[in-house]
Amino acid sequence: MTAQPQKSDINPEIARLIAEHNMTHDEYGILLGILGREPTEAEFGVVAAMWSEHCSYKSTRVWLKTLPTTGKQVIMGPGENAGVIDIGDGQAAVFKMESHNHPSFIEPYQGAATGVGGILRDVFTMGARPIASLNSLRFGDPSHPKTRSLLAGVVAGIGGYGNCVGVPTVSGETTFHKSYNGNILVNAMTVGLAQADRIFTSKATGVGNAIVYVGSKTGRDGIKGATMASGEFNEAAESQRPTVQVGDPFTEKLLIEACLEMMETEAVVAIQDMGAAGLTSSAVEMASKGGLGIELDLDKVPLRAPEMSAYEIMLSESQERMLFVLKPGHEEEAAAIFSKWELDFSVIGKLTDTGRLVCQRGGRVEIDIKVDPLVESSPVYNRPYELTLPQPILKAEDYPIPDGETPLSILKKMIGTADLCSRRWIWEQYDCHVGANTAQASGGGDAGVVRVHGTNKGLAMSVDCTPRYCGADPAVGGAQAVAETFRNICAVGAKPLAVTDNMNFGNPEKPHIMGQFVGAIEGIRDACVALDYPVVSGNCSLYNETDGQPILPTPAIGGVGLLEDVTKAMSFNFKADGETIILIGESKGAIGQSLYLRDVYAKEEGAPPPVHLIAERRNGKFIRQMINDRQITACHDVSDGGLLVALGEMALAGKRGCQIDSVTQDSGFWFGEDQARYIITASDVDAVISAAKEAGVPYMILGLTGGDSLCLGEECVKVEWLADIHESWMPSYMEDATRE
Amino acid sequence: MRSAVVVFPGSNCDRDAASALARVTGQQPHMLWHADTDVPDVDLIVLPGGFSYGDYLRTGAMAARSPIMREVVSRAGQGVRVLGICNGFQVLCESGLLPGVLFRNEKLQFICKHVPLKVENNDTDFTRLYEKGQDVTMPVAHGEGNYFAEPDIIKKIEDQGQVVFRYADNPNGSTNDIAGLVNEKGNVLGLMPHPERVSEPLHGGRDGAAMFVSLFKNI
Repeated sequence: MTAQPQKSDINPEIARLIAEHNMTHDEYGILLGILGREPTEAEFGVVAAMWSEHCSYKSTRVWLKTLPTTGKQVIMGPGENAGVIDIGDGQAAVFKMESHNHPSFIEPYQGAATGVGGILRDVFTMGARPIASLNSLRFGDPSHPKTRSLLAGVVAGIGGYGNCVGVPTVSGETTFHKSYNGNILVNAMTVGLAQADRIFTSKATGVGNAIVYVGSKTGRDGIKGATMASGEFNEAAESQRPTVQVGDPFTEKLLIEACLEMMETEAVVAIQDMGAAGLTSSAVEMASKGGLGIELDLDKVPLRAPEMSAYEIMLSESQERMLFVLKPGHEEEAAAIFSKWELDFSVIGKLTDTGRLVCQRGGRVEIDIKVDPLVESSPVYNRPYELTLPQPILKAEDYPIPDGETPLSILKKMIGTADLCSRRWIWEQYDCHVGANTAQASGGGDAGVVRVHGTNKGLAMSVDCTPRYCGADPAVGGAQAVAETFRNICAVGAKPLAVTDNMNFGNPEKPHIMGQFVGAIEGIRDACVALDYPVVSGNCSLYNETDGQPILPTPAIGGVGLLEDVTKAMSFNFKADGETIILIGESKGAIGQSLYLRDVYAKEEGAPPPVHLIAERRNGKFIRQMINDRQITACHDVSDGGLLVALGEMALAGKRGCQIDSVTQDSGFWFGEDQARYIITASDVDAVISAAKEAGVPYMILGLTGGDSLCLGEECVKVEWLADIHESWMPSYMEDATRE
Repeated sequence: MRSAVVVFPGSNCDRDAASALARVTGQQPHMLWHADTDVPDVDLIVLPGGFSYGDYLRTGAMAARSPIMREVVSRAGQGVRVLGICNGFQVLCESGLLPGVLFRNEKLQFICKHVPLKVENNDTDFTRLYEKGQDVTMPVAHGEGNYFAEPDIIKKIEDQGQVVFRYADNPNGSTNDIAGLVNEKGNVLGLMPHPERVSEPLHGGRDGAAMFVSLFKNI
């Protein structure tokens, strides 16, 4: 396109801008070609943000394209603010998950809070009322000096924002691992409800139509946030605190109500929230999708600091802001709605037929760029990759229950560890009932279940990933993450429909990290295809490294499913004495990468449990049928910690014991993490067994519910004691924080 | 029974309260905007939960000074029943319709959980369908539900039987485990727990439904 500028030709000012914005010299060459001149500082900022990894997906796009994104349930796949699926009766579920990792490490409360705010906006921008939120959190080793305060800040931030806007937080996951010491992960997911024929997009149409700015004033917070999120961290990360945005959930709540009210009128042509890269990405997005130009008068943008420059205005990531394109003649109608909700409202520009983004500030044209080449020339890298080498398959008999221990004594230890203890301390800080449609939240069932207001339908949702599996074998780990959300959704009786992915990885410029990404995509693709469970939205967070230390690959998957009858939503607590406990699925004693191996043998080794997608699909269908036929009384998927931990969790939730017949000392049986398994309880055991036989589903009768103790043969432990161990780790860990 | 639900900017349980009322009464309540100064002729006004005006000042302090609240205070004086749930309770205290104040929870954390309560007073239009001394369970979800009043005021409200609900396992540090109380005339009730969130089978409990049915049957 253009002659490569020699480094020596570049003036020092431009060299500084290139370095500050994580742009490469090649990319700068492309920019020069588009402009045919040197960029202004504002133009430089706009292009650097648009081409940042965070906004452009330049390292991942070639791979993301290979994911399955279609199906008869899909109304709108990736590409818009959120994915949209059909849930019948003319209704749609709109959902997406997004990371706010870098900001949350630097400033945990605001980082997490604005992560929630951002994902809520992605959903209501589409015309959907947010009805539930979830999150997936990864922290460093509990002994790391920062872990406590990060956990406290992130949880308070998620609660502080979500509780105030009035969207229930119904499910989530939190785990700890030293690979997150310098890069915690905060992934937030929101599910919304819309009319299928009233979905709004960012595609701008109608030359001359007004561009309207709504919401909070623009300040200096978050400037260059997108470029920050596209580089590695070092020890000086804390100096980036001013790049973290500050959230205002009250304004967000007003914005939700005002936008939804606006969308009930006929005034709206297009709508786009101002997220990463703020006004820059929303304006470019709208223009590019509509094939039009945009003219903005930056003097009209409501500002917190009146002397802000064009660069600062275009790149501010101030929260709670929206851009609308209105139909002609509807400005007054819109102004009335926004003034009712006491939100700033300003016509800041119009659509043009020039195909250019033109911005003026103080009488000077600060930005004048052709939009199409900016978007089309956005760099795409097919980065070199090295696939992760497979690990050996470990045999459970090499890792027996140690002398002097029993399966129950090990259960007592495991259930009180950081990764398996109760998360009550976390979830009790989230309002999980607001909306009065929550049928099941954290601690109740394997997935959150929220009624579709005004109907008898329910949406089930779950976020999952097992990073230690992904580290050992990214393809198996990617497939397992998909399969686990599938299982959790089946376990409450819902039919899994589609997923959103949040790909958290290290620096993609390193071939072994890129290899982890490629592997994970392959696994996700296989699982989504096999389970008819397409990807409808997603987000990538790369460069999660500090001082060269990467996180474990963490492709978090958020699944959504539909329950035709929400009153059938299944929970996992033991319900009554004398019910038969049945294990569904096959147990081969997959001990590699298990928590048992880590907690008892201090080893994080071996191949993760294999994922059998045909078995997942078959067993999931069987479970759904059993729940729909009201044949079973409890259901829990077997995951982290294996069979005995899952049994313990069912006893704990039901405050009720059980008598298990088997007294085997086989560590693989009790603690192996074989996939595609569920534990169910039933009073009419014959009906369940004959159905299992008919469906070709492996089953095993484990014992009976009842009593106040969990018993394996003669050996018993009181459920109350287990509860003490299970419940005490996190509160006492966090209390130590207040003493510090 | 004709009812109304006040909507402040930042209210987020307004729809939930309206749904609970509609289910019991068979008719949609009026939704009153905070800036309204006209209140229709109703028998019950509900101040719902949420974060009115963001609660960036003291909780409920801004809402207590909104145009609609002047009307609510005057209707309460005329004997109209007023029910304040969670943020609504905070607004009632800030507006002087109920004594005392709600501090931050003792542990300084937001708390969302089902809590056991005892019905202390069933001689109100809000609670006639409960038994005196009945154990009920309702969810709480608040950061500032720690009820406080000066000792002489506490003595007075206790002596006059104004405490309507008491926590069996105090989640927030409230004085005397007070979860909800009425004014002296008995027509204004404020409580931190959410009866509307346990008002139908989906909620896994119906201990809150009795409050709406009590009101419906007694007004």
